[in-house]
Order: sequence, then structure tokens, then C-alpha cells
Amino acid sequence: MRRFWPRFTSQRAGLAAAAYVLVLTLVMLGLQVMPGSDPHTITSEVMLPPSAAHPLGTDELGRDVLLGILHGIRVSLTVGFAAALGATLIGVLVGALAGFYGGILDLLCMRVSELFQVVPSFILAAVIVALSGPGLPQVVAVIALLGWPQVARLMRAEVMRIKHLEFVDAVRCLGTRETRILMGEIVPNALAPVLAAGTLIVGHAILLEAGLSFFGLSSADIISWGRMLNSGQRFLFNAWWLSVFPGSAIFLTVLAFNLLGDALGSALNPRSAGMK
Amino acid sequence: MTAPLLDIRGVSKLYRRSRSEFVHAVRSVSLAIDAGQTIALVGESGCGKSTLGRIALGLLTPDHGSVLVEGRSLRALYGSELRRLRTTMQPIFQDASAALNPRRSAREHLLQALAVRSAATEPAAIALLESVGLRPGADYLERFPHELSGGQRQRLTIARALAPQPRLIVADEPLSGADVSIRGQILNLLLEIKRAHRIAYLFITHDISVARAFSDRVAVMRQGEIVETGPTERVLAKPEHVYTRRLLAATAGFHLDRSKELAAR
Amino acid sequence: MSSTILEMSDLTLSYTTLGRKLRALRGVSLSVGEGEAVGLVGESGSGKSTVARVALGLTPASVAQIETGCIRIDGRDVTHLSEDAWATLRGHPIAIVFQDPLSFLNPVMRVSRQIAESVKQHTPELAVAPRVRELLERVKLSASCAASYPHELSGGMRQRVLLAIAIACRPKLLIADEPTTALDVTTQAEILALLEELRVGLNMALLLISHDLGLVASACERIYVMYAGRTVEWGPTAKVFGAPAHPYSEGLLHAAQTDRDRDGRFVTIAGDPPDLAHIGVGCAFAPRCSYAMAPCTEGMPEPIALAQSSNHMVRCWRYCQGGSLLLSANGRVDRP
Repeated sequence: MRRFWPRFTSQRAGLAAAAYVLVLTLVMLGLQVMPGSDPHTITSEVMLPPSAAHPLGTDELGRDVLLGILHGIRVSLTVGFAAALGATLIGVLVGALAGFYGGILDLLCMRVSELFQVVPSFILAAVIVALSGPGLPQVVAVIALLGWPQVARLMRAEVMRIKHLEFVDAVRCLGTRETRILMGEIVPNALAPVLAAGTLIVGHAILLEAGLSFFGLSSADIISWGRMLNSGQRFLFNAWWLSVFPGSAIFLTVLAFNLLGDALGSALNPRSAGMK
Repeated sequence: MTAPLLDIRGVSKLYRRSRSEFVHAVRSVSLAIDAGQTIALVGESGCGKSTLGRIALGLLTPDHGSVLVEGRSLRALYGSELRRLRTTMQPIFQDASAALNPRRSAREHLLQALAVRSAATEPAAIALLESVGLRPGADYLERFPHELSGGQRQRLTIARALAPQPRLIVADEPLSGADVSIRGQILNLLLEIKRAHRIAYLFITHDISVARAFSDRVAVMRQGEIVETGPTERVLAKPEHVYTRRLLAATAGFHLDRSKELAAR
Repeated sequence: MSSTILEMSDLTLSYTTLGRKLRALRGVSLSVGEGEAVGLVGESGSGKSTVARVALGLTPASVAQIETGCIRIDGRDVTHLSEDAWATLRGHPIAIVFQDPLSFLNPVMRVSRQIAESVKQHTPELAVAPRVRELLERVKLSASCAASYPHELSGGMRQRVLLAIAIACRPKLLIADEPTTALDVTTQAEILALLEELRVGLNMALLLISHDLGLVASACERIYVMYAGRTVEWGPTAKVFGAPAHPYSEGLLHAAQTDRDRDGRFVTIAGDPPDLAHIGVGCAFAPRCSYAMAPCTEGMPEPIALAQSSNHMVRCWRYCQGGSLLLSANGRVDRP
């Protein structure tokens, strides 16, 4: 575990992804502190291609695309992180209980998780949003609900491996309660790969949010990349910049979180590179 | 006569191989250990000696038979009483790196074990470290398992086993993970502990030379059953069971004596 | 004098991982002659398995560099051979068996077919079946065993399968890296007997690598003792084990026999095995050595023959003084 840092930094793609995410976060925080000009401002400079004044051009209402993309970071990151956090929490809890206690509980948890895994995620998301109305909390809830099974399966496998290690028995021989063994000894050791999987969910969440927005299933007053892409695709042939830039932002960010997840995964896995 | 420290009576443990097929890992085994006594449980891998060790520690519940610790049955106890009785017996495992939590320092390991008898203090932890030869103890407190050598890790697991002041230590192949040059150090340490604290050992090993050097009594196990048991000297000098004889013959140790003879010529 | 099949002279090799350099071999000199049984003894981390790998070109070039010294196979210098050239040497003249057969066998293929795959590389199609039968007979595996999958066999059986695959190419040298460590003592004895039988029957040399001194003593004519990546003592088994010269060999021998001193304490080697990342230029054993002297930390002496006409060699300053041997008139070593 101590050798996490050198193992992580030896992976260039992961390092670049981490830098990218850091920049996104800083920009987002910067805009919270100093909002600058309102991205909703409608001007007469309609559908201008990229220029010095508007590096990424303007849309059909004269709004600056760059400003929109920068403000869109907030939605993407918030949804991504909140959903990943929710999915990871549920997944860790279910996986730990199923893996540790086994038996009927395990069977039940795993069947339920399969149920969630076979439902087509986008359609479920669309149905829920259609029923409960658009809004970020709904999107977060849907993604968390769909994302936990993979975390749970990973957690369960780790817990099942670790519970047979001898240090667990050693602690048991000290008269420690089972719940404390699970929470104090097993779960902390099982978390590493699970956190890497959680990072991957951030990417999925951003993509799903963009997809929902693209189909108009998010509230109109929130600027998000998906929404920008949605309104831009009508002008794909006469104003390419309205589709290409939001699309690239989504692509890069999802890619970054996937790379970050992979890099974390192999850096946290003691059996991967760097070991004899 | 007082009850033995550990009394294993007619214990069996079955493993399910397939839907309807069961295999005996341990088959009606009885074994008693008195206070301060060292019994070596000898056998080859898969003979059920580790399973028996885990049953003795109360980590596995036997399908038949009973385990009595100081006259009290493990099965009749529940909750906190069972947990307390368990602390009279402590394990030492084969693989010291698996027996330590990689995320806990030596200090945390020892304080956790000392807490059993409400003595979780730093001086007590240091004293324990020094008693297993990790001197000065303070230097080792903050180390994590991966910052210790193999021998030091095994010493730390021994210190942890001693912390609750157990009356019996179940040592499951404590030497096979260690290098030859370290083995003697660990054996000496276990010997010292035995003399100083009058702790009984159930010493599980496949190595007859270790059993010979260390134990008062030997129990030879094969395919889940104890085939021969008796004082170490007698069993190793005049084995009665065919299997014991075969096991002794296969032990490679005597070849060294032969090469010594050759060299003397 | 028979010809030498494998020879390493003063070989040093280092691994580089994550920018850290670790010298695994720090001076290995070793030779195995035709039909000879040679043992290599050392503890974990001594580099003995690296010796096995480097002898077959199995150390990945991306992380392992041979720094000095050379390896010769059948008299040919193979120190800096390409991956493709190495492939032609594996199986014949050198083959290897490892400690854990299961990880080298294909779990979904019957073992007879796996043996046949190995045979096919060197035998015409028609002769394959009889050759497989012959190999099975050599390693004493029944036809029913041959028709099994690896997981259905016991550890000893699997090791026999691996041996059959290894001898399929008629190697001149078989390297056995801890071949019996995962096995029970009774099975261990059988495999050892089989190795001896194959060696004599096929006129094949054997390099037996093990941490188990008893095992090596009973199977080998000559042995090498390794410590921290160096061969520190070598010679006829009877001499090395009968009168060990290097303090490490001496300690190891006592420890392996679970000898006890007058107080009933077990004889042991003080201190911890060396950390390969932190070894100076001197003798790596010096910190644990009760005979350590001033030069021990400054460098490593060249191998010294213990008696004038002897092939019992040691690398230890106890037998040197200002570069000259501490030999008395009758050629025997004076123990300081």
C-alpha cells in the first residue's frame, strides 16, 4: 500500500487523466467563486464560428459556447461524483454483507443485483425521469441505483478472499465480535479495488446524464454538455462547433475517468506491475 | 485429577465434496493436552491436522464430538463467554505475512491483542516486542508488516499470540514459511516462551525433526485419523504404526549424517 | 573429464522495476558437466531461482540486465542471445521443471495430449504415440493417469507429467527448481528416486535447486551454496557438508539439522537474511558472521581452493591473508 504513489505515477495515461480531472475541478471551483459573465446571456452575435472573441463560437441565441462548456463542468462532475458515491456506498455495504455472511443473504443480494444489471440502464433512467420529472437528483438516483451491482460484486469477491486470510482468524481468536471483524479488519482491506471501480462509475454517470439531457430529459434551465449537444445537433451541418465542442468535452471527461479508474485499479492492486 | 487444558473428544469434521458425497477431514479424533505440555501433531498435507488445529481453536465447529477447554465445552457457550474462553488459546500461523493485517502497524496489532486483558498500553506493547527479540521495541512499534523481514513478522505474530496471556498456543506449521537460517531463531523463541510461561503447545508440523526437538508427545495423523500417539522419544525410536515408520524413513534429515560419515573417511 | 553443458562465470544480473535497481545475482560461478548431478542450495532471495531462469533465457530483457560475466551452454556463449535464439535451446539441450506443476499445465487439456504436444516438436507424426507411451513408462504414469486432466491428479503425479514433458526433447541438462517443495515427504522421496533414475537412464545432467539441504545432499554429487546472489562455496557434497568452509554453509548445515547446543537451544544463524537493495561491496554475510574481520566489509575474495588438489572452493576472507592462502605445509586449511 505504501508503494501506491510510485506505481500510480509510473502510469502516464492515468497521470494525465488525473491532471485533467484536477483542472476541471479547479475551473469549476473558480467559476463558483467568480461567476464572471452569465452563460445564459442572449446576444445578437448568433451562430458565429470560433474566433478570437468567441474561441469556440456562439450558438443560435448568441450564447458563448466556451462559457457554456465551462459552466457545464459543474453538472457533469456533480452528477458523476454524487452518483458514484451513492453506487459505491450501496455496493460496499451489500457486497460486504453478502461476502462475509454468505448463505441465504448472499444468494438474495446477488440475485437482486443481477436484476439491476439486466435492466437496460438508459431505458430505466428515461422511464424514471419521465415519471418523476426532470432534475439532477433523479438522474443521480437512477445512476446510483444502476451502478451499485458491479461495486457489490467486486466487494463481495474481495471480502470472500480476505475473510479466509489468517489474520482474520487471529483477530477472531482475540474474542473480537464478527461485526467488528468485518468493519475493522476486512472492509478496509477490500476497499482499494472497489474505489477504482467507483471511479469508473463517474464516467458512466457523466455519459448517462449527457444522454438524458440530449434527449431533453433534464430541466431546461441547467446548462449541461448533453443539453448543449442536443440543441446543437440541429445545426450540425451549418454550425459544427455547436456539436463538436460539447461532444469532445463529454468524450474527454468520460475517457479521463475511465483511465483514472484503470490506473487506480492497477496501482492499488498489489499483484500488478512492480511486484516480483 | 484436574481436567486437561484442552480435551478433544471424538471429534469429526466432514467436508462436502459434491451434492451427496462427504469426505472426512477429521474422523473421530480424541486428543488431550495438559497445562504446559507440548504435543506435536505430525502428518502430511491434507491429513486433517490443520483442520484439527482450527477445531481446537474454536474457529471450526465439529460435526460430531466435543471440545472442552478447562473442562468447559466450547459448544455450550455463546457470545461474550465463548469469546473470552477463546482467548485462552492463541494461534501462530504458517504464513506470517497473511497472519498480519497489512494496514495495521505493529503497535496496532499488539494494542488490539492487549485490549483482551485490558492492558492496552504502549509500555506493555514495547515489553512484548522485546520479549520476542525485537529490540529495542520502540523501534518496531510504528512498522507495518511489509516493513519487517520474514523472521521479524513471525516474531510479531508470536508477540500478538502472547499478549492475551494464553494457556495454549496452537502453532500451525510456524516454521515452514521461514528460511532455514531463521528457523532456529523462531524455535528458540518458542522454547523460551514455553519455559518462561509454562504455555502448552499444540505444534502442527510435517517436519519430524522439529517434532523430535520440540515436543513431549507426538500424535501422528493420517487421512483424518490419529494413527499413533505417545511420548516423542518412544514414537520416533520405536514407531508402532506402519505409516509412522514410512514417514520416518522418508524424512530427508538423515542424509546429512550420511554425508558427514562420508567426509570423515 | 566430461564436457561441460552449462557454465556461468562470475555472472551478475540486476532487475530494474519502477526505476529501482536490484542486483539479484552478484557473482555466480557454476558449471554442470555431462551426466552430473549438481545441487544449488540457498535460502529465499539468494538468487537461486534467478540462476534457473537465466540458464534458460527466461529473465525478461525489459527488466533484467546481465551486467558482467557470461553463460555458456555446450561451450557456446549465450550471454546476449536474442529471444528467438533462446527458443531453440529450450527443451534441448536444457529443460526445466518448476515447483508448482499446476501453473504450467493447461487445465482443460488431458495430460497425455500435453505430453504429445511437446513430443511433436521433435518427432515425426507417426512416432508420436509410441514415444508418448515410452515417456509415460519412464516417469511411471499409468494410462488412466495420462487420460486425466491436471486437476484430477495428485501433486506427485503432476510433477511426473511435467518431468515427462521436460524429457520429451531429450535434454542434456534438466534444471529442477524446487521440484518437491510442494510435495509431501513420502511423495518427495519417490520423485527424487525418479529424478535419479532418469538422470542415469538417459545420461542427463541434473541441476537440482532447493532450500532443502537434506534433499540436495541425498541426490547430488557436487553442490553450490548461494548467499545473497553469490556462490560462496562449492565442491563435492561430502566435502561441503562434511567440512563446510564458509561460515554461512556451516550455520546453514547446523540449522537444517535442528542441532542443539549444550543449553538445549537450537543452533541458528543470528540476524536476518540480507536485503538485496542494501548490500555493500563486501561479503553480504559479514553482518551475521561471527568470524567477520576487517576486509569482509571491503570486498569479496576470489574463490580459493581449500586443498591444493581439491575442487572444494570457497569465497571467504578467513582463508586469505594479504591475498595469500592460510595453508599449512600439509595442504590442509588452518582454521583461524
